Parts: sequence; structure tokens; C-alpha cells
Amino acid sequence: MGCDCKIRTENLTVSYGSFQALKAVNLSLHSRRIIAFIGPSGCGKTTFLRALNRMNEIIEGASTRGRVFLDGKDIYAPEVDVVSLRRSVGMVFQRPNPFPMTIFENVAFGPRLHGLARGSDLAELVEQSLRRAALWEEVKDKLRQSAFSLSGGQQQRLCIARLLAVEPEVLLMDEPCSALDPISTLRIEELMRELKRNYTIIIVTHNMQQAARVSGETGFFLHGELVEFGPSSRVFTSPEDRRTEDYITGRFG
Amino acid sequence: MSQAKSRWFGYRRRLANGLLGGFALLATVLALLPLILLLYYMAARGLPALSLDFFTKSPKPVGEPGGGMANAVVGTLVLIGLAGLAGLPIGILGGIYLAEFGNNRFGWAVRFAADVLSGVPSIVIGMFIYALVVLPMRHFSAIAGGAALGVIMIPAVMRTTEEIIRLVPSSLREAALSLGATQSRTILRIVLAAAKGGVITGGLLAIARISGETAPLLITALGYNFLSVRLDQPIASLPVQIFNYAISPYDDWHAQAWAGALVLVMLVAVLSLAARCATRGRLRMVR
Repeated sequence: MGCDCKIRTENLTVSYGSFQALKAVNLSLHSRRIIAFIGPSGCGKTTFLRALNRMNEIIEGASTRGRVFLDGKDIYAPEVDVVSLRRSVGMVFQRPNPFPMTIFENVAFGPRLHGLARGSDLAELVEQSLRRAALWEEVKDKLRQSAFSLSGGQQQRLCIARLLAVEPEVLLMDEPCSALDPISTLRIEELMRELKRNYTIIIVTHNMQQAARVSGETGFFLHGELVEFGPSSRVFTSPEDRRTEDYITGRFG
Repeated sequence: MSQAKSRWFGYRRRLANGLLGGFALLATVLALLPLILLLYYMAARGLPALSLDFFTKSPKPVGEPGGGMANAVVGTLVLIGLAGLAGLPIGILGGIYLAEFGNNRFGWAVRFAADVLSGVPSIVIGMFIYALVVLPMRHFSAIAGGAALGVIMIPAVMRTTEEIIRLVPSSLREAALSLGATQSRTILRIVLAAAKGGVITGGLLAIARISGETAPLLITALGYNFLSVRLDQPIASLPVQIFNYAISPYDDWHAQAWAGALVLVMLVAVLSLAARCATRGRLRMVR
């Protein structure tokens, strides 16, 4: 492949039982960008996201066809180790889901799992991850407290720090701000712009202003179909497809 | 609607409301009454016989005053320990299996078998262990008693563990998996950590349940009038000792039986209380 794309999909189709949630999606996503996907509930955008680190496989009755390439390698090929795939393609979820442990243990969980660091190296890695997630200053004095003592926005940044600690390449974010207040949302968005320099970020959002604010490219899903994909500045100002225009101007959805 | 009519409905509604509330209160009092009477009667009869000797001395021969139930207190603890050693690992691991992998015909069959087993009268389980352990060994033993109590524990522990693990939000599992954790790591490190309080509660309640079992012990552990911790020999237990003392014709044995009953109930109360505390922890952790 001549393009420097991080992720490329070929006829990616996902079904839950007899229901087709995603229909033959063909896409190329460049590295070190923020790419947003919008669309009404149930349009397949989350399914698309979960197809990129094979998280659909843990849902009973889900089946995936087509291909997904990460750095040119098919992640659905039989020899691929799904554990190491998920390590390089991490995911942030809709609701903050810290583990029932201390703040430190949350971040240390991944590195310990993969044997990345121990002892003082581990402490350093935890600090570095919390710094990169813009949380260090707020939690440095209470690393031994339960993660549930943090606010929702802090918990979400903790989840991002937990992810950064395993050094992924791609961050999948599934409506990461939908459970947060506007100020926490703003902080996460700042963080995303910051992280863009080193990571490829793919975000699913219901908030079109958010997509327009943070992303370089935007895709619009409807009924499992990728209707339109292009630079955000164009998609939000002069969409090519009538359905995209109807959606972003609030005529349906 | 006329004013008189609406007032009539107002009376009726208040009357119905008051009646229902009254009946509910009455039912609650009736349910609590036996428990209160039981506790009062047991304390009144048991407390006078309760002394340091009760916990430190073994029974004296008939006619000789004094002596205690140290053998039965220790025996009950040994039997509970043995039962826990057998019942907790099997029950907890079985519960994990049912919750995480049990959505198939085999899981359904195991669940059904566990429900049937928890309804089987405990004397039947005692007979089962009698045939399986006592007969081949040719004598009663602590091992047999522990095995019988362990078998009674298994279905209870298994089902509560399963229920608790099902309560752990799937988002926690997904978070661990998306960090590159294997399924076994996810279950052991995250799911079990989140369910810890509930699993402990289930285990404690199962132990509370078996600590009062009498019938299966009569034909497995038998009983023993001296302090013993030998696992291959008969061993005393509070319920069996209470039974033997209660049906005896001696007044001082009756008094000791009441004291034993009081100690047994306190043990169960303490275990239930500990279970409550563990549950509070769980609610905080899992939300």
C-alpha cells in the first residue's frame, strides 16, 4: 500500500445474529490524527470502533466479515494474537470504568500485566502516564486512594492514563465525554489534541460540535452504512450527501 | 363528581391504606416474636451455665458436677475448617465457571443440579458420606463430618458466587480486555477483585448455615467426649453435643445444652454480622 495509513478497512461488515450493524465499510485512516465518527444511535459507529480491536468478539452472536489492516497487517488473520492487538489498539469507554483498586494500581495494572516495568520504574511509568493524561497534579498526593474517590471527569482521564501506560498506538474513544460535564469535556478535548502528536485517535461522539472542534476528519454513519467521510471542515460546512446535511443541520436524528 | 362522593372515596382510600399498613406491621411483629422469645429463653437458660469452664473443660462423667464443652467448641471449629477447605474452593470456582462460561447446556445442567442439591435434606447427604467415607474407613471421623458439611456448602457458595459475579459490570471486563489482558487474568485480577466482598459474604453465610447442622454429623463425625483434633477419629461438635445433652435425663446437662445453644447462635450471629460488613464493602466497590 502506498498510503501512510494506520488503519484501513475493506468491506468491513459486522452482524449481530441476522442484524447487519455495519455494512461493507471501506476506509483509510491516517496516523497521528483525530478522526471522528458521528451518526444517530444504533447507526453502527460504536460497532465500527469495536471492530478495530476485535472487541465485538466478546459479544455473543456477533460475526465480522471483511478485513481490517493495522499498519498493513490484517488483524483478523488467524495468526494474530488478539491480546497484543488490544494492547496496541486501546479503548476508552462511554462511562468511566476504573478498576476497584487504588489510583496507582489502576495505572499499574497494564504495565504489570505485560511485564513492562517494576519497582521504581513502574512508579515512574505511572507518573508519566498520569502526566500525559493531565491528571498527575490532581492525584499525586492520593495515589493510594480508591479510584472511585475521583470525580467523573478525573475517572475518565484516569482510564486514559491507564491506557497510555501500556503504550498503545491507536486510541479508540467511544463517546468518552457523554457522561461528563462541559468543563471535564473541555479538558478531555484539550488532552486529545495533546495526544494527537503521538497517537492515532478515533472518537465516536453524539456531539457534533465536539467532532467539529477536535477532529481532522469526520465520518457519518447511518443504518450501518458509511455515508460520508472527509475533512471535518468540509463535512460540517458543505456535506456532499443530502443525508449528512439533514443530520448535521438537525433535521432528523 | 359530587363533593360527597369524592369525600367518600377519600375515606375509603385512607381506610385501605391504614388497614394494609396495620396488617404489614402485625405480620412483622408475628415474624419477629419467635426470634425474640427464642433469644430471650436461650439467654435466660444458657447464660447461668456459661462460664470459663464451658470453653476450657471437657465433659465430666455423669454425676460429677462441672465440666464444659471445650471438645464440642473445638470440634465445631475443626469441622467448619474442613468443610470450608472442601466446599469454598469448589463452590467459588464452580460459581466463576457458571457466571463466565456457563451459558450452555452443561451450565444449565450444573445450575439445576446445584438447586436440587441445596434442597436435599442434610441427613441424606450424611448418608451419602456415610456410604462414601465412613464405611470404607470402617469408623466415624472428623474427615467424614467435614466432607458432609462441605457437600452441603457447595451449592450455596456456587450459586451466590455466580450471582455476585454476574453483577460485576461488563464494562470492567471490557476495560481489562482492551488493555490486553487475557480472559483468565481479567477474571482473576479484575472480576474477582470487584466481587470479593460478595463472594466472602456468600462463603460466610454458607458457613453460618452448616455450623448448626446436626443430622449429617450424627452419622459421620458421631461425637466424642474428650478434646480431640484428630481428623481420622470421631470428633465432637456443638449441635451433636447439644442434642445428646438435651435428651439426657440430667438437669446439669440440660443447662449445659442451653449454654451450648447460646454459643452456637452467637457464632451464627457473628458470622452473619461479618457477612453484612463485607457486603457493605462490596456495594462501595462495584457501585
